[in-house]
Amino acid sequence: MNVPENLRYTKDHEWILIDGKTGTIGITDYAQEELGDIVFVELPGQGTKITAGETFGTIEAVKAVSDLVAPVSGTVESVNTDLEGTPELVNQDPYGKGWMLKVTLSGQPDQASLLDQGAYRKHVGK
Amino acid sequence: MDLKRTVLYEQHRAAGAKLVPFAGFEMPLQYSGVLEEHRCVRSRAGLFDVSHMGEIEVRGTDALAFIQRLTTNDASRLTEGRVQYSAMCNGDGGIIDDLLVYHMGSHFMLVVNAGNIATNLAWMRRQLEGDVDLVDASDATALIAVQGPESRSILRHLTTADVESLPYYHSIRGTVAGTDLLISRTGYTGEVGFELYFPAEKKSAETLWNSLLDAGKDAGLRPAGLGARDTLRLEMGFCLYGNDIDHTTNPLEAGLGWITKLGKGAFIGSETLAAVKARGPERKLVGLRLDGKNVPRKGYPITAEGREIGTVTSGGFSPTLERGIGMGYIPKAIAVAGKPVQVAIRGNNCEAEIVSLPFVTSRPQV
Repeated sequence: MNVPENLRYTKDHEWILIDGKTGTIGITDYAQEELGDIVFVELPGQGTKITAGETFGTIEAVKAVSDLVAPVSGTVESVNTDLEGTPELVNQDPYGKGWMLKVTLSGQPDQASLLDQGAYRKHVGK
Repeated sequence: MDLKRTVLYEQHRAAGAKLVPFAGFEMPLQYSGVLEEHRCVRSRAGLFDVSHMGEIEVRGTDALAFIQRLTTNDASRLTEGRVQYSAMCNGDGGIIDDLLVYHMGSHFMLVVNAGNIATNLAWMRRQLEGDVDLVDASDATALIAVQGPESRSILRHLTTADVESLPYYHSIRGTVAGTDLLISRTGYTGEVGFELYFPAEKKSAETLWNSLLDAGKDAGLRPAGLGARDTLRLEMGFCLYGNDIDHTTNPLEAGLGWITKLGKGAFIGSETLAAVKARGPERKLVGLRLDGKNVPRKGYPITAEGREIGTVTSGGFSPTLERGIGMGYIPKAIAVAGKPVQVAIRGNNCEAEIVSLPFVTSRPQV
């Protein structure tokens, strides 16, 4: 299972890459593996405000549906439109081509609620 | 409770399958992925370990009378080698299980859902009359299914048995990869396919499994798990016990009137079912097809004109149609193709089209 060192994670299996005021969000390798084949990703539009700890979208896999939970609060700057036609990118490359949102952070992210590589590995027991 | 393992458990581990608990067994959910396995079965062939299924032998001179009294279909029509889809009902016409009845010459074999083996046996023992002997052969029997358009040619490489002319819902004995087994033209996928019953012995099971994979390599045969088994059966509108049918549903409303032979003489539940048939079932199991990214799931409410009229009993993504499909019971007056209904998906009422089953056209009998 791949858990990159430079990312932060939620207990709900989203990752975020924080670069200044911008955060890039997706789901973890562990999450895509557990979900299996992803068939649809429902994401908010550009300009939508998302709130840390709240649902911002859904992922439909063949066998189950899962909520996407925001790791930070912010405003959606851009959406990965490639997932519209090729949602399997999330399975194939969850930290790369399978990214979901770029958001402009509103204020400082709550670091206490985000896990680092070691804490996330421990959280999923791997 | 410890999960049981089939004799092919180690093969699944070695193949990298994701194993999950199912009906008391640790079963392969998927190997490479549900979509790929599903498409492989529809276009080429898939290999399934379904050894969790239960096998109950009914022996004795009154075996046929016993089966006639306990099941809805007419088992007197069976001759040696023939197979019949049937249901066992309680006195209220509620379904205790759906099953296959095999005429084995000297006795009958009932193939039942893994999760219902104990309940079925308890029920059957309470109904015993005359010279009938019940043998639970579930643990002693392994079951491999080869399903898909290439299944016949794959099997032909491995046996001298006449699989070529074996008709749908018939079975013969034969030797495949050195194992003597029962070859049955049945399945749960809607494709041409075979189910192979044989003694649950690890070594011969592994030889059989691997011989089939070898023989099917060029034809594109791959192992397939319970995930694909579920999407395949849902596309065909086949009922899954515990989802679409259970003791609170009767076979007439479930679209299983064709296995409910009220004319064969009395059977357990027949009085209630005759009354239901006379006045018409109040509700019907229908197929629902949705648009866009809307995927119905088990438990989602079905609504019409803002009123809840039923619940999705099975739902998911159809790999063939590439959209959400589901089944559910709705009042008979509304259960008409073209009537507008909705499925409530996370609070949104999404339009659903009532469609006739199966969702996907297939001809497993050819």
